[in-house]
Amino acid sequence: MCGIAGLIHRGKSSNVGSELQGMLQALKHRGEDSTGYALYGDTDGKNFIMRFKVGENVGEGSSSIVEDVSVYDERKKIVDQTLAELGAKIVKEERTLPYSLRYEIDYDKKDLLDFSQRIESIPGVEILSMGKSLEVIKDLGNAKAVCDRYSLDKLIGTHAIGHARMATESGVDIKSAHPFWGYPFSDVSVVHNGQLTNYWNNRRALENKGMRFMSECDSELIAVYIAQKMREGASLEEGMKESLTGLDGVFTYFVATKNSLGMAKDTMAAKPLVLYESDDLVAMGSEEIAIRSVLPQEIDTYDPFDGEVKVWQI
Amino acid sequence: MANIKTVSKKSKAQSMGMHTEVLTGRTQQKFFNPDEAENFYYFGTYDVDFNKRTDLDVKDMTAAEANREIDNLMSEGYGTIVIKNPQGKHSLGVGILNKLNLIFEGSLGYFGMGSCDGPTVRINGRVGWSCAENLMAGKVVIEKNAGSCFGAAIRGGDLICKGSVGARTGIDMKGGTIIIGGDAGAFTGFMMQRGRIIILGDVGINLGDSMYDGTIFVGGKIGSYGSDAVDSDLTSNDQDWLRRKLKVAEIGENFDVSKMKKIVAGKKLWNYDNLEPTEKKGAI
Repeated sequence: MCGIAGLIHRGKSSNVGSELQGMLQALKHRGEDSTGYALYGDTDGKNFIMRFKVGENVGEGSSSIVEDVSVYDERKKIVDQTLAELGAKIVKEERTLPYSLRYEIDYDKKDLLDFSQRIESIPGVEILSMGKSLEVIKDLGNAKAVCDRYSLDKLIGTHAIGHARMATESGVDIKSAHPFWGYPFSDVSVVHNGQLTNYWNNRRALENKGMRFMSECDSELIAVYIAQKMREGASLEEGMKESLTGLDGVFTYFVATKNSLGMAKDTMAAKPLVLYESDDLVAMGSEEIAIRSVLPQEIDTYDPFDGEVKVWQI
Repeated sequence: MANIKTVSKKSKAQSMGMHTEVLTGRTQQKFFNPDEAENFYYFGTYDVDFNKRTDLDVKDMTAAEANREIDNLMSEGYGTIVIKNPQGKHSLGVGILNKLNLIFEGSLGYFGMGSCDGPTVRINGRVGWSCAENLMAGKVVIEKNAGSCFGAAIRGGDLICKGSVGARTGIDMKGGTIIIGGDAGAFTGFMMQRGRIIILGDVGINLGDSMYDGTIFVGGKIGSYGSDAVDSDLTSNDQDWLRRKLKVAEIGENFDVSKMKKIVAGKKLWNYDNLEPTEKKGAI
């Protein structure tokens, strides 16, 4: 049982960091092994923002190991060197935690596949997100703990999705935490509540097409699946609709891009979702109490039906 | 193994599709006699006065605190309680085994009004998953929409949603009536064993999947029929009952019930405990 939440402001920006923190904290009883945020902040759109990790925060059942900070320092140096080789200039860097970094990068190429492959070929390094607006922040603990650790409560933006995780399919660590970046697409992220039963079949087929998986978490498949559909020319909505038959199992998931937010629900409607929709705001979550954290007044909400896909623009 | 017998003469309840099997064994029926009212005492209940009314603001309470306070108020004789600011909290109003007028000014989260026996409840908002699960008696009216598993395993009472509901409405229900003013999702009436579901709008796929018994009435379109769910003739008895029920429920009073579809169990899966293993395999 995990909890997901998302919101999109249409026509304006808001304090989405704080709002999403409230929504996810309201869902903490659904799981607090880890919490993740995909925040779409207001930026000038010139530089890429790369969130990446050079080590793990290791929890129960994780296949990762605890490492010395000096190992992280060494990996960071190799990342910096690789970026220089790729022609990417680091404009600004922040090291929130020894293993977690945020770079603003001046990089003029649009195809991020080669870029990502080069960076992630460095052992122990994973790009959590890459985009002109997207920032994926995820770590162990509940929503408030992660928000405080990374000072997310002041982030202004248009939309956001997040995930409160109870680990069932894989260990407790950052690599298995949601949201997942839609590698190698700029600004695409995914969160999921449910279980996928044809994970390995799909994973092998996608790996044969050159897509990469960083974890053994079944939810990562959705991000890779949608990214592959978009790579083949499908729109976000088309890719999501295809996923209803391409992915087997029970799921409710959200996908966000730079300008949009979408939801999909499996054909058995086995996983919960409550939705509030108005002209200037869409808010949704696994439970109504998540929405109540941003809209305490009496509102009209509903459960989307089985097999439903919806996409909203900012 | 249940000893199921068939009888040639049907009771009125049976002719209306409420159930088809004859109950045997240790089932006991007691009929209410006003002269013996004092003997009908339900252990642990309170003698409440419907005219004694109070408000309860649960904004800063946990569900457990709110439910305890409702119990305290009933013990003081309050028969009408208005709950303010429920704000989507889970498990509000559960386990009320008492006559009571309960009004929620707002929406409930999951498991609202679960395992209740007797209260009359109006929710001026929406409800989350599994509203009124295991309801035994009473009436619960929801003014807006409801989540999935609405009325799961109810034994009796009336459960009414004026808006639309999610998937698996009436799953495993064993009695009572569920009335939906809007649309219903997939697997409505999944494995229902008795009771009736009325849907005035459309309903999703796999309607009445693996239902053992009971009846489903649908006013709109049906996405698809589930395994062993079949059409049946809508009788004049059915139509009378539907009109009366919709009127009492204050919902769809002018709805043309004569065009509703009636869905019942085909009985091919039903009672398969009596089948030989090879037959059971074929039925499944």
